[in-house]
Amino acid sequence: MNLRRACAYLILLAAALLFFAPVAFMLIGSLKADARVLVEAGGLQALLPSSASLQNYRDVFARVAFGRYLGNSLFITSCIVILGLLVNALAGYALARLEWRGRRFLFAAVLAILIIPLEAIAVPLFYEVTLLGWRDSYWVQIVPFIANAFAVYLFYSFFLELPRALEDAARIDGAGALRIFFYIIVPNSRAAFATVAILTFLTQWGAFLWPLLVTSSERVRPLPLAIANFYSLPPLQWGDIFAFGSMMVAPILAVFLLFQRWFVRGIAATGLKG
Amino acid sequence: MADIEFRQLSKRYPDGSEALVDFNLMVDDGELMVLVGPSGSGKSTILRLLAGLDRPSSGELLLGGKVINELPPQQRQLAMVFQNYALYPHMSVRANLAFPLKMAGLPRAVIRRKVADVAGVLELDALLERKPAQLSGGQRQRVAMGRALVREPRAFLLDEPLSNLDAKLRTQIRSEIAALQRRLQATMIYVTHDQVEAMTLGERIAVLHQGRLQQVGSPQLLYEHPANLFVAGFIGSPGMNLFPARVARGRDALILQCEGFALPVPEELTTQQSLGAHVGELLWVGVRPEGLALGAPIAAGPTARISAVEVLGYERLVYLEASWAPGQRLCARTGMQEPLQTGEIMGIQIDHHALHLFDPDGRAVD
Repeated sequence: MNLRRACAYLILLAAALLFFAPVAFMLIGSLKADARVLVEAGGLQALLPSSASLQNYRDVFARVAFGRYLGNSLFITSCIVILGLLVNALAGYALARLEWRGRRFLFAAVLAILIIPLEAIAVPLFYEVTLLGWRDSYWVQIVPFIANAFAVYLFYSFFLELPRALEDAARIDGAGALRIFFYIIVPNSRAAFATVAILTFLTQWGAFLWPLLVTSSERVRPLPLAIANFYSLPPLQWGDIFAFGSMMVAPILAVFLLFQRWFVRGIAATGLKG
Repeated sequence: MADIEFRQLSKRYPDGSEALVDFNLMVDDGELMVLVGPSGSGKSTILRLLAGLDRPSSGELLLGGKVINELPPQQRQLAMVFQNYALYPHMSVRANLAFPLKMAGLPRAVIRRKVADVAGVLELDALLERKPAQLSGGQRQRVAMGRALVREPRAFLLDEPLSNLDAKLRTQIRSEIAALQRRLQATMIYVTHDQVEAMTLGERIAVLHQGRLQQVGSPQLLYEHPANLFVAGFIGSPGMNLFPARVARGRDALILQCEGFALPVPEELTTQQSLGAHVGELLWVGVRPEGLALGAPIAAGPTARISAVEVLGYERLVYLEASWAPGQRLCARTGMQEPLQTGEIMGIQIDHHALHLFDPDGRAVD
């Protein structure tokens, strides 16, 4: 039994190292002098800080408008997350609990949309936003991603598990559908909200293809486009790129660590696999 | 408070199953009516229809003389206590109690006063800041009652409110609920599957089975004059003993002919025309456990073998296998005096004044 347990830990440790190594490489590399990053990349040295300086970070800010991109990314992602929580939770609730004509059909449609990737609809969507005159704006990066079939489905399955008696009690106590949603459902579904918030944040923070298609000015471009651009900006300096990458990853790590407790519970509760 | 009337109320589900069929009942203002029946008998459906949580397929619901079929639940001014209490887990006891008042838009000061009043009545003062998860089963039950009381509703609906409590607490809270109901003169509909609870609580009891009302009446009436086989078997613990017998003409009166012995027909029934119409038919004979006495076997009398004895302290329940009908189980209630052995063959004296007769369709013959 103990041996099995030790083996399990060993495998988990190996997996953790495997996943963490590139992140560590980037974080540590961002503190090294430019010239040494690639030289030391071949061995264990890559994971050892041979020097520690914030020069690369200063360079990033000197070379590009990092603050602007960061602000764009934060604004776009936050809008999608906050509006998405509201819209998708309400949709999930309506599908899970309210009785209305066409509910089953719409639910089937939501499930069908789940399997369609953005790449498949990017071109028609591009035409649509062009017709609307939305290109090269914040809106074009926010609006198409607020309603999300996956988030609706996640809320739907979570709400199905909530005891119906709570809602019945609230109805008898005098609450209508909206008040039941905000007073009873939302406070008892924090895990679902945290899960959807984190998953949406992670997806949208790394969005690349769509912003590339619909934006052209630096004014509205988010971080993933900026780092791609930064990479191709001569001179090629790996320390700077690593510093850029580290600053791009930091908010994700922060969000995850902040909501990890809820996130794990939400994933467990919805029976969803990562 | 208000009276409640159910008129021809039915509930069918889209799959064709019938939860409730042609249910008629009048609950008077200030009355405690108990709905009792096994699970699936439609008793909770009645509460849900009355509360407005489900819509009836046909029929009318009247509250205080007005049809409320189309009124949404929040406008019916009814309070309901659920089996699992349905307390809002994220709210304190205080917030739970205040919720219906807040939804009604009452001023804060009024809410605070009413919550304090109810907390005082139900001895919840010390628990007001706790969350439901920090309460015992009995305390949660009290909060659920409090949330119903605080609204001063037109009627209380209680859906198996004690089924999650242990036996001792159940007895205690049962008498508290009855006392509260009397004090408030509240119209109350109390649903339970436990016939003992129903018997001890109800002024009147409505017995339901498979979505149909079987009988309404006082506990005494249901026990002494069950309207049909179902009520006979369901009310009373243990239920009535039932065995078949053929109505025959004896020398000078009707008799009930069983395998190997005959029973005289109770005098109350012999004079009636109704039994005469059943001569030659196989009827069900019912007798309560206290109507069977055990003794030494006598010639041409019924006998039975003891299969189990349950000692209750002040009396015993003796389970028997009837010798005149293989597989027929009987139960007798006896005192503690005479020694009884499992496997022993006993003579059975049937108190023929305590007999109940049911026709082949299960209806009482009287």
